[in-house]
Amino acid sequence: MVAGREETGRNVNPILVASGVNRSFGAVIAAADINVAVEPEAVLGLIGANGAGKTTFINMVTGYLKPSSGSIRCDGHELTALAPRRVTQLGVSRSFQIPQLFNTLSARENLLVAVGIVAAAAHAWAHSDLSPARAGAATDEMLERFGLAAYRDRPAGLLPEGVRKLLDVAMALVVKPRVLLLDEPTSGVSADEKFAIMDLVMGAVRGVTVLFVEHDMDIVARYAQRVLAFADGRIIADGAPAAVLADAEVRRYVIGEAHA
Amino acid sequence: MSRDRTTVALAVVCACLLAAAPVAPQWLVFLLTLALAKGLVVLGLVLLMRTGLVSFGQGLYFGLGAYAAALLGARAGILDGLVMIVAGIATAAAVAAALGLLLARYRDIFFAMLSLAFSMILYGLLVKSSALGSTDGFNLHAKSFAGFALADGVGRRVFYAAAVIAVFAAGLAVHRYLASHYGRLATAIRDNELRVEYLGASVFRIVYANYVAAGALGGLGGALAALAVGHVDPETAYWTTSGEFVFIAVLGGTGNVLAPFLAAGVFEAVRTLASQYAPNVWQMTLGIVMLLLILFLPAGLWSLVAKKRAGT
Repeated sequence: MVAGREETGRNVNPILVASGVNRSFGAVIAAADINVAVEPEAVLGLIGANGAGKTTFINMVTGYLKPSSGSIRCDGHELTALAPRRVTQLGVSRSFQIPQLFNTLSARENLLVAVGIVAAAAHAWAHSDLSPARAGAATDEMLERFGLAAYRDRPAGLLPEGVRKLLDVAMALVVKPRVLLLDEPTSGVSADEKFAIMDLVMGAVRGVTVLFVEHDMDIVARYAQRVLAFADGRIIADGAPAAVLADAEVRRYVIGEAHA
Repeated sequence: MSRDRTTVALAVVCACLLAAAPVAPQWLVFLLTLALAKGLVVLGLVLLMRTGLVSFGQGLYFGLGAYAAALLGARAGILDGLVMIVAGIATAAAVAAALGLLLARYRDIFFAMLSLAFSMILYGLLVKSSALGSTDGFNLHAKSFAGFALADGVGRRVFYAAAVIAVFAAGLAVHRYLASHYGRLATAIRDNELRVEYLGASVFRIVYANYVAAGALGGLGGALAALAVGHVDPETAYWTTSGEFVFIAVLGGTGNVLAPFLAAGVFEAVRTLASQYAPNVWQMTLGIVMLLLILFLPAGLWSLVAKKRAGT
C-alpha cells in the first residue's frame, strides 16, 4: 500500500515475535508450533477458515489466552504471561470481531474514556492533560479521522454495525499502539462498505504494525503486504499476498471455504 | 454547566440548612440529622452503583462508624464529637480497605450477597457480645465538639451543623469525582470491563477505590447518626438497615449527588409521619411509594428535578 515499506524489509529487528507457540482446548489444537516474526510497520493479513486459529493467535498475543507453551515477545518484552492491561501498556492493542464498546455512552464519550485512561496512565494529571478541553480536542480529532463526527452524541449501543466497527478500531488506536491487531474489521458490514472502512482504517494507522484477520481475499490482496494463512492451528503459508493466495494448499483449505 | 448548577445548588441548600441550625425545632433538627447521615451512606452506595455494583451490606460500615464513635467514649473516655466522627470514618475505611480486596473481585448478585454476608457477621458479633451491650447496645454522650464544650441542649444542633458541613464536603468531592474522567470510567466499567482492561486501565483498582470511599462514607454517616441518636445497637448493621440504604438510593436515583439527600429526607419524613399516624402500616406505605416510583419514575425522584430543569 505504501511504497517504500517493502525495502525496509525483513532485515530490521522484528517488533513482534512468536516462537514455538502452542495452545489446545481439550482435544482441539488451536495453535500448533506458531513461529512468526513481524517487521515494524508491516501490514499483515491473517486468513484461514473458521476455527483455523486466527483469533486464538490474536487472543494469545493480547493476553486474553495463555499459550500452553512457547513465547510471544514485543520489542524485546515478554508478553506471554501478561494480562491484557499490561499488554496494552507495552504497546499492543486490538479491536474485536464483535465491537467491545461502552454501549450506554455516546461515541464521543467512548473515546473520552479511552483518552482519559491513556492520560492517567502517563501520569498526565500534573500537566492537566486530562483537562476537559485537551481531552476533548484529542477526542474530536479522532472522531474526525474516522468519519464519526456525525455520530458523536449517539449512544454506542444504537450505532449501525459499520460505525461500531470503526469506533472499536478508533478505541484501539487511542492507546497509541505500536502493534495493532484487528479481528475481522469488515465482518458484518455490507460488501460495498468494506473498502471504505479499510481505507479509513489503513489511513489512520500509518506507522503502526498491523495484523488484520480477513475473510475477503480482495481486501487481503489490496491492503496486506504479507499474508499468514492458518489451517488447523498451523501456519500453512507465509509470504507476499500474490504468492500465498496462489498457493495450492491455501486455495484448498482457505479460499475454497472462504468463497463458499 | 450542569456541574456548576449542582455545585451552586449544593452550596445554597447547605447554607440554608446551616442557617436553620439555631432556630429549627428540635424534632426537625433530629429528623434532618438522621436524613443527612443516611444520605451520606447512600452517597457512597451511589458511587458503587455507578460501576454497576449494588451493595446490600452498607449497614456494615454504618454500624462500624456508629460503634467506633460510641466505643471511643465508652472505652477510651474520649468524648469529643469530632474525634468520634473521625474514628467512625477511619474504622469503616480500614475495614473496607481489607474487605475490598476480596469484594472488588465479585460482581452482580455475588457482590450483593457477599457484602450482605459481611454485614450480618458484624450484626452477629454485636448481638453475641455482652461487652458491647448485646442486642440493647449502649449510649454515648459527646461532651465537646472539636474541643469546645457542649452546653445542654446545644449538642444536637452542633451535630446537625456538622452533618450539614459533612454533606457539603462529601457531596462536592463526589460530584467533582463523578464529573471527572473517573466518573465516566465508572460507567465504562459498568458497560464493558473487557474494553476498559484492553485500554490499559485496571478495573479492580477503580472498583476498589470506589468501594473504600463508599465504606468511609458509610462510617461517617454511622458516626453522625450515633451522635444524633445518642445510642447505638446492632440494628445499625442489620440487613434491613442495609436494605433501607438501597431503598433510598433507588428512591433518589444515581443521577446527581443531591439525589441521595433529597431521597433520604423524603424517606425520613414519610417514616416519621407514617409511624406517627399509621404505626402498623408504615412499611406498607413505603412499599407502595416504592412501587409507584418504579412504575412512574424509574430514574428516581431526581428525574423530577432534572425534568423541571430541562423544561425551564
